[in-house]
Amino acid sequence: MEQILEMVNIVKTFPGVVANNKVSFEVRKREIHALVGENGAGKTTLMNILYGLYKPDGGDIIIAGEKTSIDSPIVAIEKGIGLVAQHFMLIEPLTVAENIILGLETRKNKIFTDMRKANQKVKELSELYGLEVDPTARIMDISVGVQQRVEILKILYREAQILILDEPTAVLTPQETKELYKVLFSLKEMGKSVVFITHKLNEVMDISDRVTVLRGGKAIGTVNTSETDATQLASMMVGREVLMRVKKEGKKLGEAVLELRKVSAVDSRKLPALKNVSLEIRAGEILGIAGVQGNGQTELVEVLTGLRKATSGEVMLKGDSIINKNSRSIRELRVAHIPEDRNKRGLILDYDVADNLILGPHYKPPFTYRGKRNLQNVWQNARNLIAEFDIRTPSYDTKAETLSGGNQQKIVVARELGGDISLLVVSQPTRGLDIGTIEFIHKRILELRDKGVAILLVSAELTEIMSLSDRIAVMYDGNIVGILQDEEAKEEQIGMMMTGISKVDALRGEESD
Amino acid sequence: MTNTRKGKCAKYFEVALYPVIATCLALLVGVIIMLVTGHNPVDAYLALFEGAFGSSVAIAETLSRSTPLFLTGLAVAFAFKCGLFNIGVEGQLHVGAMAAAVVGCYLTGLPAIAHIPLTLLAAAVVAGIWAGVPGYLKARFRTHEVINTIMMNHIAIALVSYLVVHVFRAPGVIPRTSTILPSAQLYRFIEFSRLNIGLFMAMIALYLIYYLLWKTNVGYEIRAVGHNDKAAECAGINVKRNIVMAMVISGMLGGLAGAERIMGLHLSFIQGFSPGYGFEGIAVALLGRNHPLGILFSAILFGALANGGFRMSMATAVPTDLATVIQAVVVFFVAAEQLAKLFIKRRKKGRLAE
Ligand SMILES: Nc1ncnc2c1ncn2[C@@H]1O[C@H](COP(=O)(O)OP(=O)(O)OP(=O)(O)O)[C@@H](O)[C@H]1O
Ligand SMILES: [Mg+2]
Repeated sequence: MEQILEMVNIVKTFPGVVANNKVSFEVRKREIHALVGENGAGKTTLMNILYGLYKPDGGDIIIAGEKTSIDSPIVAIEKGIGLVAQHFMLIEPLTVAENIILGLETRKNKIFTDMRKANQKVKELSELYGLEVDPTARIMDISVGVQQRVEILKILYREAQILILDEPTAVLTPQETKELYKVLFSLKEMGKSVVFITHKLNEVMDISDRVTVLRGGKAIGTVNTSETDATQLASMMVGREVLMRVKKEGKKLGEAVLELRKVSAVDSRKLPALKNVSLEIRAGEILGIAGVQGNGQTELVEVLTGLRKATSGEVMLKGDSIINKNSRSIRELRVAHIPEDRNKRGLILDYDVADNLILGPHYKPPFTYRGKRNLQNVWQNARNLIAEFDIRTPSYDTKAETLSGGNQQKIVVARELGGDISLLVVSQPTRGLDIGTIEFIHKRILELRDKGVAILLVSAELTEIMSLSDRIAVMYDGNIVGILQDEEAKEEQIGMMMTGISKVDALRGEESD
Repeated sequence: MTNTRKGKCAKYFEVALYPVIATCLALLVGVIIMLVTGHNPVDAYLALFEGAFGSSVAIAETLSRSTPLFLTGLAVAFAFKCGLFNIGVEGQLHVGAMAAAVVGCYLTGLPAIAHIPLTLLAAAVVAGIWAGVPGYLKARFRTHEVINTIMMNHIAIALVSYLVVHVFRAPGVIPRTSTILPSAQLYRFIEFSRLNIGLFMAMIALYLIYYLLWKTNVGYEIRAVGHNDKAAECAGINVKRNIVMAMVISGMLGGLAGAERIMGLHLSFIQGFSPGYGFEGIAVALLGRNHPLGILFSAILFGALANGGFRMSMATAVPTDLATVIQAVVVFFVAAEQLAKLFIKRRKKGRLAE
């Protein structure tokens, strides 16, 4: 097969780290090439170099047999390279078509953009590649999955031959992931090449033709997907065997820690998002919340952690009402919270790692005494957590924004799991983490459960919910459709309930098959 | 540890480098303007330098001109650390000055040791409340503080004009209040100069704000809100209270700047006494990178340009406006550099967000 792009011996160093150490990487025409590796292995850095966002310290990029230097995204686009970063760069109030043509507008009469033509063109493009979008919808009104399609259309509109997708599935629901697969296959059929970064090895096995593994900034090797399996890839990535599923001990239930009675709340657009939700979590128990994103999970978590007001109902924590208390007084009651979006809620990217690791208990000893900060203790805390959770950072006073995505997530997890707690509310705790780290975090969550902590786990990963939870509540349209015991929970049944079918019907449906 | 310290030095150097370059470039632009308009730049700059730093009195006068700028620059920077643009320092300075003039004049029978602190306190409190209003509106209703502080500037200046013309006016041609009592006057410690102990007050303020921002929990929370209010909220920080508090403290600094002018320089509230100290504070904060140490230097630079510019226009035929032009060009270059930084950051965003 024809090779269309080659990166040879790429070197990139940042203060204190060698992010890429003589990495060689090639892309062929008509292939889906997966790029995998641990958090901080250098995947994003390598792709940013290819897209002209970073200048490499050494090495060559060869396109169509010619040595090329790509010093800006503009050059990259000219060379047919397009990048969809994990965080979308769309302009919210503009429409889909406006976002796609931005910078390349066709003009009707020198001044005004010809939107009719633009909408038409976007429509044609979306039909051609099977990327269904409504050209006139505003970005802020469409789901994350559709936004991603817009990003892909944007680079296709610029006639990219090589599409780079950085962890595209981290934010997608399983259905959306399936749809993305279809799109990628059809792009391949049309002769395009796709570079696909992911931490999920089943995705690698599902769609890629070849896999390149990075570890510690070095390329470990490139293999044909058909000649490998997930276990082998895992050990190439981590350098040791990885348990793909953690073992769970029998549960020892204690008293009820959290009780919700008929809690209702509205979302940011003032529409009902939680409708009379009641549930209970006992000490030593993990309650998983399954459901397609946007069915009230976010609002549920926000009400519990004091970030959103409930409109009615009651929330009791160990017998005390905590409804509509502020987040500090809830944290004071030994509640920890891992928010779903680390950049939005979990981290202050401009603060260094040490300052991020105290966010929450920062105002009390040992970090603050009578209003004065004790920096020695702040740093000591950072050194401990960095070692314990293996956060890859040059030092504790490195700004959080320069860490790799997964290592940023580790900061949040380390901070929230590190303390003495009685209730843990976690949303998407392992989004963007590599498998070794997921295994580690899952173990830590189970350890807390065994120590008698009550845990509410929200996750878009059904496998994560199924392997950790003692009971699984399925949410649909602001309601809890049903609660399943761990033993009775089957993936198909949960899937059905996620579309709003009640537990009884879902069980019956299964029997009749 | 040594590694960290070295990193810090390098950082300070880098932070200081651009403003220095900007200043040099601005002086160069001044040369070009003078050459084009037919003046001798060497003579002019010598006069400027001489006027600013040529004698101990000149230095004292430069520092006197810088004194309010330390405080107004600090006021702008402090609000900025909480993510707020306080454009209203000018108004806060005016109401603070008026409060100082009234308390300094009408509160009788106190020794200086009590009268001075009380007068300063009055200025700080009134100006703090004045700034707290847009802070509260922002926290409660999310109305933008830029609009509100600008409007409050107009209200403040109209209000104090009314007070000085109709309520507290002393006899005489210029609208001014009666001279404040000696017990409220700030001690001038250099002969032939109006430099007063307000300078030390400003230095203490610079240090205290530095300490507050980086060594205390209050500062940690204020900066957290400034960087990412959503994450701050999630960490249990009361975002609204911090916004109001940051505006109040910022306003208090502006009020103190006004008080120093009244208690140490003019000794009464004179209508139109401020050449725009509050607005200059925005430029000072920008050039000083919103850091107290940077503000120390940039306020002195601006004070020197204003003070030396006067001498320059007397000694050579170059108008004082040239000093103003240089100030403006310095700000321009610094702003351009910030813009360039912003642009680079935007380009990097792709990876940052990942
Ligand atoms: N702008 C930067 N400044 C300093 N260090 C950086 C910067 N960008 C990346 N690094 C460092 O380079 C290394 C590789 O980071 P990179 O983001 O490429 O990892 P990754 O493989 O994408 O990881 P993840 O799976 O967690 O996203 C990390 O140690 C990171 O801290
Ligand atoms: Mg990455």
